[in-house]
Amino acid sequence: MIAKRLQIKNVSVKFGGLSALEDVSFEVDDNQLIGFIGPNGAGKTTLMRVIMGMVNPLSGSVLLNGRNITNLTSVQRIHAGVALGQQIVKPLRQMSLLDNVALASGGKKLLSPMRALLVQKRHKERELARELLIQVGLGDHSEKLPSELPLGYLKRLEVARALALRPSLLLLDEPLAGLSKPEAEQMADLIYNLPRVGLSVILIEHNLPQVQRICPILYVQSNGRQLAFGLTKDVMADPAVRQAYLGVGA
Amino acid sequence: MAYEIVVLTNMAIAVLFALSLNVITGFCGQVSLGHAAFLGIGAYTSAMLSKEGVPLIITFIPAMGMAALIGLIVGVASLRVRHDFLAITTMGVVFLFTGIVRKQEILGGEIGIAGIPAPDFGRVGLFATSLLCVLAYLLLTIWIRRSWTGFAFDSIAEDEDTARLLGINVPKFKLFAFVVGTAGAGLAGALYAHQVRFIGPDSFGFVESISVLAMVIVGGIGSIWGVILAAAFLSALPQFFQVIDDYKLLVYGLLLFGAMRFAPEGIDGLLKKIVRRRAVK
Ligand SMILES: Nc1ncnc2c1ncn2[C@@H]1O[C@H](COP(=O)(O)OP(=O)(O)OP(=O)(O)O)[C@@H](O)[C@H]1O
Ligand SMILES: [Mg+2]
Repeated sequence: MIAKRLQIKNVSVKFGGLSALEDVSFEVDDNQLIGFIGPNGAGKTTLMRVIMGMVNPLSGSVLLNGRNITNLTSVQRIHAGVALGQQIVKPLRQMSLLDNVALASGGKKLLSPMRALLVQKRHKERELARELLIQVGLGDHSEKLPSELPLGYLKRLEVARALALRPSLLLLDEPLAGLSKPEAEQMADLIYNLPRVGLSVILIEHNLPQVQRICPILYVQSNGRQLAFGLTKDVMADPAVRQAYLGVGA
Repeated sequence: MAYEIVVLTNMAIAVLFALSLNVITGFCGQVSLGHAAFLGIGAYTSAMLSKEGVPLIITFIPAMGMAALIGLIVGVASLRVRHDFLAITTMGVVFLFTGIVRKQEILGGEIGIAGIPAPDFGRVGLFATSLLCVLAYLLLTIWIRRSWTGFAFDSIAEDEDTARLLGINVPKFKLFAFVVGTAGAGLAGALYAHQVRFIGPDSFGFVESISVLAMVIVGGIGSIWGVILAAAFLSALPQFFQVIDDYKLLVYGLLLFGAMRFAPEGIDGLLKKIVRRRAVK
């Protein structure tokens, strides 16, 4: 059997009495862009946090390229090739956008303080960071502090920083939220092109027009359960999806 | 002249001690209310060895090693706690230290260790040695600050969950800060023991821990030059004014409070603000 980029097997998560994920299984192929939709509280963010190792599942497992990563720490998973752009932006507010991204591209130096101690230069990482900031449309703001910029900019910083980790699997949690229409369009184009450079992407979005435009495959979740998974046009035509997610009668 | 040398040596030791806490609290953002315990560990280690005839300079190594070893253990124990709990844990360390030392006959118990031999090179020599130690440690901290270790520390000090999501191995970096910081305190302790030539458990208690924290915070958390200034100044004050020495805890407490309330970025922040204002004009 050929290993998939990501396999989630029978994952369940409970928060107290609340069942946030119930026996969720799904897969992501190499160089695939999957749209992940579902109503508020469906457990989308929770699933991303399980993949990142920020939430421990009650049961189930997560495999990356066939390797079971269920027991790895978040940091180990990042260095194994997973990255997350969070729904709630978490910029480091004491440093410039450029340094936020440059730090993330530090690679193996970030695993060991002794190794990090030997390196003073940040030139290469800054160059890469500058390029990434240009790609997400923040080229003119790289020297600014996050506090000087509105939410839509910080969402894009979140994406640039996740890309700086050079992941093979990129999880994006509502990266288009807070962006203007042309900005969202530009960001969606950028995401659309990521599989061409070897990334698999899970895109959580409420912006359905953009999702339908760029994602060939959709995964729908509701109340912690899988509702549908398949080609975008089939999924969008599914009566159950229309009922649960769009509130449209079948 | 002799008196000035004593004052200057004390200042140098205080600067070294403050710079060492600055690595833990200033660079890495881990508050410690018990840093004097490591000064004590270095002082006791060095004092006992030099009473056995080991030359002062040689005692530096075990003094730093012992402090760093205990620092590493405390670091591992506090990896899971943050903020307020870290403050309480580290406070516990200093009470534990004085509590244990008081009960140990070989460590001199309540009375402490007297008759620590004067270094062969005399008072001026001790001052010069202290200065060299400060200089060496200063260079080390400047190097750390500019390296990727310092870069990673910045993110841990601000938000360790985010640091983790950038791929930073947070526990390792924290432990590194603890080891470098407590080793520095151990070195300061070795110098201190030979400066005063009498040490007891009360020299390394909670008050001393708060004093050094005040130096770091008044200097401006993380700012090397601010901390040096604050440590030099604050350590000189009680030596010149007996009143301040008598009310040390009160004075340092007020300074701490004042700095956090009115100048959260310390001397360094104030200076930068003034410079910036000048530049605007
Ligand atoms: N740490 C937590 N503790 C308790 N409950 C939580 C926690 N995180 C999430 N939940 C709950 O789990 C459910 C799923 O939340 P989650 O954030 O995964 O939803 P979501 O699909 O991302 O929603 P949205 O579209 O609003 O972002 C919600 O009912 C939420 O309140
Ligand atoms: Mg969410």
